[in-house]
Amino acid sequence: MTDFTPLAGTMGGILIGLSAVLLMGGIGRIAGLSGILGGIFTTTWTAEQSWRALFLAGTLGGAVVVALLGGIDPEAITFPGTPLTTALGGLLVGFGTALGAGCTSGHGICGISRLSVRSIVSTVVFMAVAVLTVFVVRHAMGG
Amino acid sequence: MNRIAALLAGLLFGAGVTLSGMVNPMKVQNFMDLFGTWDPTLIFVMGAGLIVTFIGFRIVFGWSRPMFDPSFHLPTASGLDSRLVGGAVLFGAGWGLTGFCPGPAIASLVFGYWPSMIFVVAMGLGILAARFFTRRKDEPPGAAFEEG
Repeated sequence: MTDFTPLAGTMGGILIGLSAVLLMGGIGRIAGLSGILGGIFTTTWTAEQSWRALFLAGTLGGAVVVALLGGIDPEAITFPGTPLTTALGGLLVGFGTALGAGCTSGHGICGISRLSVRSIVSTVVFMAVAVLTVFVVRHAMGG
Repeated sequence: MNRIAALLAGLLFGAGVTLSGMVNPMKVQNFMDLFGTWDPTLIFVMGAGLIVTFIGFRIVFGWSRPMFDPSFHLPTASGLDSRLVGGAVLFGAGWGLTGFCPGPAIASLVFGYWPSMIFVVAMGLGILAARFFTRRKDEPPGAAFEEG
């Protein structure tokens, strides 16, 4: 069980939205985390990598700030599965978001806000598959 | 200024995924567990994020250019294809299995838990594997990442 926290969820969602608007209004880029991460795996380093690295550094910093302000209890963070399923899941998420050109932030937030058909389809598919996967892992397999 | 904008946007994002609880994979997996210990919080995260972004983008796209860059860098891909759908299927399976999607997983690294590190390293390998195995010959490197 985890607590239903609609107020913190709404405030967090507003911050995520402001981040997307600031990145688009500031430098004209989509705040999609899989793409931002993938874009620094290059052999050359240009301004295109610099902004991505700064965004990622900010992402870590933002988590620290919220924790210091008491916005989350790090002790309450728990992980489903085993190290093996975590590694498998990470591979699937990396491979899938690179192949499908986006994740929850890029397609789910930015793409849907641009009314992109590709992003809407992607989001519906990955949400549905996630729900199905959890059903199989937790209920069908009795995990 | 463009670097400060990127850093600030990252800070807002990291704060958002942390405050919302998305850095806790058990909470995210509970959101997906419609037939078990359902936690609807993520509806509020996605809903609020979409409302702010939808309105904000309408304002920003009314400008001739972003504040600190000569132009908007928007995806050019259109139409549905097997890579988009196949990628979403694989991503959804990994997200369901772990409760982690890329942004919250990266933010969660600061809490120092082993599963976060395992996940992010595996995710990086997955991205490189996709780039190596699935890039079409007519594409420049990185073309597959433009939607973010």
